Amino acid sequence: MHPAYSVIVFTTASGAGYGLLALLGLTGASHGSASDFWFGSVSMLVALGLITVGLLSSTFHLGHPERAWRAFSQWRSSWLSREGVLAVATYIPACLFGLLWVMPDSNEILLAGLGIVTAILAMATVICTAMIYASLTTIRAWRHWMVVPVYVIFSIATGAVLLFALTSVFGRSGIPALGIITIVALVLAGVAKLVYWTGIDNMKPLYTMGDATGLGGDVRQWELPHTSENYIQSEMGFKVARRHARKLRMIVGACLVAALVLVLAAFGLGGEAAPVFAVLAVVLAGIGAIVERWLFFAQARHVVSLFYGEQSV
Amino acid sequence: MTTLPDTTRPGQKKLGLVIDLDTCVGCQACAVSCKEWNTQGYSAPLTDLEPYGPDPAGAWLNRIHGYETGEGDNARGLHFPRSCLHCETPACVTVCPTGASYKREEDGIVLVNPDTCIGCKLCSWACPYGAREYDQDDGVMKKCTLCVDRIYNENLEPEDRQPACVRACPTGARHFGDLGDENSDVSKLVKSRGGFDLLPQMDYKPVNKYLPPRPRRDKAGGVKSTPLETVGKGDGSLAERVFSWIDEVLS
Repeated sequence: MHPAYSVIVFTTASGAGYGLLALLGLTGASHGSASDFWFGSVSMLVALGLITVGLLSSTFHLGHPERAWRAFSQWRSSWLSREGVLAVATYIPACLFGLLWVMPDSNEILLAGLGIVTAILAMATVICTAMIYASLTTIRAWRHWMVVPVYVIFSIATGAVLLFALTSVFGRSGIPALGIITIVALVLAGVAKLVYWTGIDNMKPLYTMGDATGLGGDVRQWELPHTSENYIQSEMGFKVARRHARKLRMIVGACLVAALVLVLAAFGLGGEAAPVFAVLAVVLAGIGAIVERWLFFAQARHVVSLFYGEQSV
Repeated sequence: MTTLPDTTRPGQKKLGLVIDLDTCVGCQACAVSCKEWNTQGYSAPLTDLEPYGPDPAGAWLNRIHGYETGEGDNARGLHFPRSCLHCETPACVTVCPTGASYKREEDGIVLVNPDTCIGCKLCSWACPYGAREYDQDDGVMKKCTLCVDRIYNENLEPEDRQPACVRACPTGARHFGDLGDENSDVSKLVKSRGGFDLLPQMDYKPVNKYLPPRPRRDKAGGVKSTPLETVGKGDGSLAERVFSWIDEVLS
């Protein structure tokens, strides 16, 4: 599948934003008001900013962005519509939570309620994003059972690294619970991706050119319907640089490991170096997530390629 | 509304095409006449970019592939028109976030409303048959309309009230009708020729059917394929023996 940059930016940026938002919601629910007005405000702005940038970016690949509001109507059948509805719905408790959270001495029960609702809606939105892909029977790599877990885990892992960096920048790098959550999430992200990659590498072909054309047996293509590439080939084509897949997977792994080491270093060293390490960890986790997402698209093969010369998918 | 209409009612009309892979000669007349009609009809425009340049691109609703099957003496080439199959359970409809993609209750035609499509392209990802092509210039998805603006059009002569591709086919390889009606001509044709679905395992339940190529006639015992040199050495008449003698003298 063609990896559209707007969709990659959207899923990674808003994924990190929703992960951070969910963690902030849970922090507020368990710890009450933010320890510091500026830490609370900046964290909420980063979370909502990333989500908003992601959502806006996702409209760039639309043919008619001005009609995007129509996408809220078909939540009964469409995961894309459900995602849109939840994405917008999340803003309401998130903004209320943010306002209450940065105020000192807010009502703890109200804050906890809003924090938990925000976290649930944030994760539900990420699950809907993943389901847009996981529900397509035409792309087998996306039907793998790890697709939804990977989206959720990467959202939490990148969100956790972000929160870790924010606490470090505001001079609170030594929070044990957050350090543990960040490290566990990064490890889980790597493991989830390994399971996914092994899974799709071992998928046995399900359909052949003989099935697609109904002619059965050995079928070969001898003539294309058109002389230059058409939309089906450029969007669903199988020529996209899969040859770099191995190297790119190693880059994802290396980024996650490096982010993990940097988080550990920031956690262990503390002091003035901690924010630098923590921010570097954000950059590396971000690169890892973007490369992972690019591969998620580029490596996925579509059933329609059977009509265009691919022997089996 | 992108939830699907109930198509299990008795007497449900299922308009569609039956495509005969035996008689299709790959002349592209159906593709050209489809393009011609639909670039001014319901799906208008069907944009072409740089049509005469080095790298033309554009949206077409019907594409004619060429495939080859079998080995050696059994090898055969055939032409394979590919367009929307107007499936009974089309995921291209249910994934649509806006309701622009829909299946008509009255006849089962799958359409895109060009006024509400946002051009997210998800429907094209959901289609296993590559039936939907995005119009870069128009910013919306295009697909076969089964010439909905011809088949009910009372301004046209009755014989023209069928899809442009069917009307254009010079070999009668394309048939249009109600596949929900067991007694329709198309249903009978599918039954007698062993018509089949594309990728039935995927459970999209295509309405359009394909008719398999007939067995090769030399294999089927119809006409014998006899080397030309042996033709005419037969009935032993005087004329034949004279020609045979001349043939021997000359050779």
